[in-house]
Order: sequence, then structure tokens, then C-alpha cells
Amino acid sequence: MAKLRKGVFGRLNSFINNHIIIKSKNMSLFEMQKRMLKIRFVEESIAERYSEGKMRCPTHLSIGQEAIAVGVCANLNKDDLVLSTHRAHAHYLAKGGDLKKMIAEIYGKVTGCSKGMGGSMHLIDKSVGFMGSTAIVGNTIPVAVGMAKGLKLRNKDAISCVFFGDGATEEGVFFESLNFAIIQNLPVIFVCENNLYSVYSGLEVRQPKGRKIYEMARSMGIEANHGNGNDVVEVYEKMLKAKDNISKDKGPQFLEFDTYRWREHCGPNYDNDLGYRDESEFLKWREKDPLKNVLDSSEFKSYIDSLKDDICEAHLFAENSKYPEYEEFLEISGIKK
Amino acid sequence: MRKISFAQAVNEAIDMAMSISDEVITFGLGVPDPKGVFSTTLGLQDKYGNERVFDMPTSENAMTGIGIGSSIVGLRPIMVHQRVDFFLLALDQLINNAAKWNFMFGGDNNIPITIRLIVGHGWGQGPTHSQNLQSIFSHIPGLKVVMPTTAYDAKGLLLESIFCDDPVLFLEHRWLHGTEGEVPEKDYRIAIGSSKVIKPGKDITLVSLSYMTIEAMRAVEELEKEDISCELIDLRSSSPLDWVTISKSIKKTGRLLVIDTANESFSISSEIIAKASMEIFTSFKSPPQRLALIDAPSPTSFGLTSTYYNGAEEVFAKVLEIFDQPSKPNDNLKSDHSHDIPGDWFKGPF
Repeated sequence: MAKLRKGVFGRLNSFINNHIIIKSKNMSLFEMQKRMLKIRFVEESIAERYSEGKMRCPTHLSIGQEAIAVGVCANLNKDDLVLSTHRAHAHYLAKGGDLKKMIAEIYGKVTGCSKGMGGSMHLIDKSVGFMGSTAIVGNTIPVAVGMAKGLKLRNKDAISCVFFGDGATEEGVFFESLNFAIIQNLPVIFVCENNLYSVYSGLEVRQPKGRKIYEMARSMGIEANHGNGNDVVEVYEKMLKAKDNISKDKGPQFLEFDTYRWREHCGPNYDNDLGYRDESEFLKWREKDPLKNVLDSSEFKSYIDSLKDDICEAHLFAENSKYPEYEEFLEISGIKK
Repeated sequence: MRKISFAQAVNEAIDMAMSISDEVITFGLGVPDPKGVFSTTLGLQDKYGNERVFDMPTSENAMTGIGIGSSIVGLRPIMVHQRVDFFLLALDQLINNAAKWNFMFGGDNNIPITIRLIVGHGWGQGPTHSQNLQSIFSHIPGLKVVMPTTAYDAKGLLLESIFCDDPVLFLEHRWLHGTEGEVPEKDYRIAIGSSKVIKPGKDITLVSLSYMTIEAMRAVEELEKEDISCELIDLRSSSPLDWVTISKSIKKTGRLLVIDTANESFSISSEIIAKASMEIFTSFKSPPQRLALIDAPSPTSFGLTSTYYNGAEEVFAKVLEIFDQPSKPNDNLKSDHSHDIPGDWFKGPF
């Protein structure tokens, strides 16, 4: 019953059975769709269980924004380094971060990826090049530039990539970081996920009408591109081009993708009743679900079944894990040697 | 032994660190310029190239984050700001990232960055060019704060800071750059968090730091003539604090004067006196005291700075007061140059 979409996406969708590779050998569309499903179901599982009161930290869900994380990370190798924001679950999982360790971190357990010290907003899995996510707007942008500086100085082929939202482009450090990356020609890709809102403040009260963030970035002297962030193929292709540009020594790259967060800014619920955005706007964006035609495709049924098992297992692992010992906290904080 | 200036000692430490390890990089506004940050960075770019030694845009917050990022992938950055006051734009990166990174990701995520900050004094530097903010930095768990006084300590502590795996704030008092001292040519390190007993004594413990230790040394000599034997401790680091040395000294002398370059409330002196009152209260023969700046921003006017800042004369007077002795002028402590410069070698304006 799922109708194939028109254009590139539709054509590629028809090849799903063949697991066709898009343009390069990086990752098949089928694989990317599986990754998006994984993020969606993990996030839904957190939303479902959040009210149990066992995941006791601010949690920002990525539902609706899966395609950017997956399309971007599908072009990255393990050695390429990624940094992210408060809304990091999708980026962490798309880069290949360990699911059990992420869920355990949200439960505040010692088996978590940050041993329970960080919570949902401070995820890390260095074994796959996910170098961290932090809670302050714009705050990992310069860190990614610094990582690119280090990679370049040490003659590594890898690149650095940082995700941030539209709100971060209003911070001084955004301009400072782009500026330095450009003058030093550093291998870094800036990925702006424009979901129109900074918490409950719309773009119209934060940025001049008609401004395009990618055009503003381009005017600073960086190669910048823009696309539909809910279309994983489009994201994939734009990222592929950006990465290719870096390998051709065209300097740092900037990508802006339009997308929309479905749930509340922080927490498991829908919040269209608050009045800061219209239900109709939400419904319009839900029509553009990056997982449209995928969720109900029989192609993914067995994958979804095994995914659900994995997710249940991850929650069980987290629930059965211990909280960190106080001594361990003292050691990690450096108070006790 | 050969004598070199504090500034040369800093330069030598960076040079040595960069030759020991190609992980070390250094940057800051003015680093490769002809003045080389009060001559502390002269010659480094010629020797190590512009990929490892570079100027920076006036982007304090981003450059701090960039230093942090580069340290995550294995570099040991040394960043410098010509005034601590400019660095205040970077408190997000310093406090939310550098200080927390290792902790918030559960350990094994060290940030080995050294941030050199010049703190000022005099010559009309005024409210936003001469702040002494060591207590703000020392308040943040996850940061180390170093404030050397001598050229010898500057070299040994800077080398230690650069090769330390934690973020270190290295505060250099502008008036110390021209002072000279004996400095070995070899590589040597001084542990962060170890103070130094500059002069042993039995009647009172003076705990001082940075430039005020120079002033205290002069006062201590004159107090000796008044039959007051001072034990002078140069703090060298304010975080971690060398409580072992300080408490041992107070137990011996029974008296304490803490001398700081900063405003007095919520300061390093507050912390030392609080700790001493809580832990060794019964050792005191008289209430612990402090000599710091009044809680007002530093004025610019030549007509005000003489009263605002403390020097050897004020240390001398304060100690006499603690011993209930009448105040008296001491001509030996009068400086032979204008009050707003460290010596005739200082020609301003910077």
C-alpha cells in the first residue's frame, strides 16, 4: 500500500530489494533506513517508559529528525569524529554508538557510556568516533574545529563533523569558529539542523525575516549547501559532496538541513497544545516523515522485530545495572586519587 | 648560575616543551608579533613554524574551544591572552567544557590545555585591564590554577603545566616579567599544588602569592629588625591548595596573614582563613588576618592607585598591627620609583 515517492527517492526506493548502493560504496539506502528505524524505535521506547521515573535526566528526543543524523553519518568512517548537542541520541546511534551504553547512561547507571556522570545530554563512544555531546548551545562547534586542527596537524585523513541547531547560529562562537576554520582551511563539516525552534522561540523572533542560514555562512567564505533534512537520500548526497570537497582541499564545508522536532523540546510528550506552534504546522511536517513508506513496509518487518528485542534488552540491561559507587564519582572528579 | 628574566624563563619553558614533544602548539593574539606577548613568545614561530605557533582572531571563546578540541585528538595547546580580562569571553568553554569534559564523560577524557593569562597592575590599567581573578578559577572543580613568583618557578611550573593532563590556568603577573632569577638551563618540573617556604620563621606565617610575594619579602627583612620572625610561604598554586605546608606552619607560629593580589571578599584568603579556622582553630594565638585589595574595581587615576594597591609598607604595617605594636614609618620600604611601576625598567604604557 505504500506508494513510492517520486524523484530520486522513489527511484531508489524501488531498488530496495537489491540493497542498491547510492553513488558510492558508503552505505545502501536500505541500511540507512534501518538506522533511521533504529533511532525512531529507540526514541519511542524512551518516550513510552519515561513516565516510569527511572530515566531521571533532561532528555531531548530526536523523533522526526532521524534523516539528517543518518544521511550525514553514512558518509563518515569510524576514524571521522563527530560532536553533537543536547539532542544527541540520533547522532550517537547514527555514528554507531553502543545502544545499551546509551540507555544505561540515561538511567544514570555505571554501565552507561559516561559511567552515569553525564546523562542523556553527555553521550560519548570514542570507539566509533562519537566524541561527545554537550548541553550548552553552540558549545561543541569550536571543539570540532579544534579536533580538525589536530587531525590536520597530525596528517590524519579523517575529518571532524559537528551537529548543531538553528539557535546555535545566533551565538558568537558560531561565527568565531567558522572564521577560524576557514582561515586555517580545516577539515570540518558544520551541519546545521534547522528545526525552526529554539526551545519555544520560533525563528521569526530570533532571526531576520528572509535570512537563510546557509547563505549567511556562505557569505563568510565557506562552501555552503542546503537541503531537505527529512529526505535521507538528499542529506546523504549533499554530505557526500561536502566530504568530497574536503578531500579536494576545498576547505571546511557548511550544510543546513530543514527538519522538525515532533515531540516537546525536552521530554517525552507532544506539546502542540502549548500554543507556541500550530497543530497544522506539526501535521504538515509529520506528512514529511523521513520514515514514510518505511515504517509500514513489509521489507522491514523482521528487522523491526529484532530491533524491538534489542531495545527491550537495552532497557533491561540499564535497569539491572548498578548506580555508580560514590567512591567512583570521587575518583572521576579528581578529588580522590 | 646564570640569571634570566621571568619572561625569558616562560619563553624557555615553551621552547623546551615544543622541542620535547610535537604535540605542543602555542597560539594567542600577538604570539608571533614583534613584541611576542611581553617577549615570552619571541622566536617560537621561526623555530616551530606557523602550523604550531600562530596568531588568532579576536575570538576568545572559540579559540578556547578549539584548544580543547585539539587536545581531545592528542595535542597539548598553550593559549595566551595579554590580559585575563579578555579571556572572560571564554568562560563557557573554560567552565562548561575544559573543566568538565573528563568528568562528564566518565573519566579517561583529559583536556591537557594550558591557558596563560597575564594579570596586571598599575600604569593606569584600570578596572578592566588589571583584574586578579584567581579565586574565580580556583572555585571551579576540574581546573588547576598556578601563579608563580620567581623566574625559576615560572619555568618549572610552566613545563609541568604543559605536560599535565588537566586544564591549567597559568597566571603571570605583568610586574614579574622583568624580574630576574637563577634558572637552570635543563628541563626541570615543579609539582602543581606545592607551595614553597621562601623564608622560615617562628612568630607568624605569611602566605602570599605572585607579585605580592616580592613585596612581602622586602617587608619580612624589615620585620626581622623589629624582632618579628616571619615564615613566608609563596603559594605558587591556588588550586590545588598546599594545605599541608600552610597548616604545618600555622601550628608552629600560631599566627596567620594571607596576602593576595585580588579583591578580598570570596578570595583565596577567604578560603585559607576558613580552612584554618575550621581545622586548626586552637593553634591560633591571635585571629587570622588578610591583606588584599578593598572590594572595589581598580581605579585608573595615578592619584588613586597608590592608596588602592598594597606593597611592602602595608605588609609591614599589617604585621605590626597583628602584634599590637604601634605603627611606624620605615624609610627602607619606600620605593625609589613611582608607585605605579614595578621599577625604572618599566616604561609603560602596556
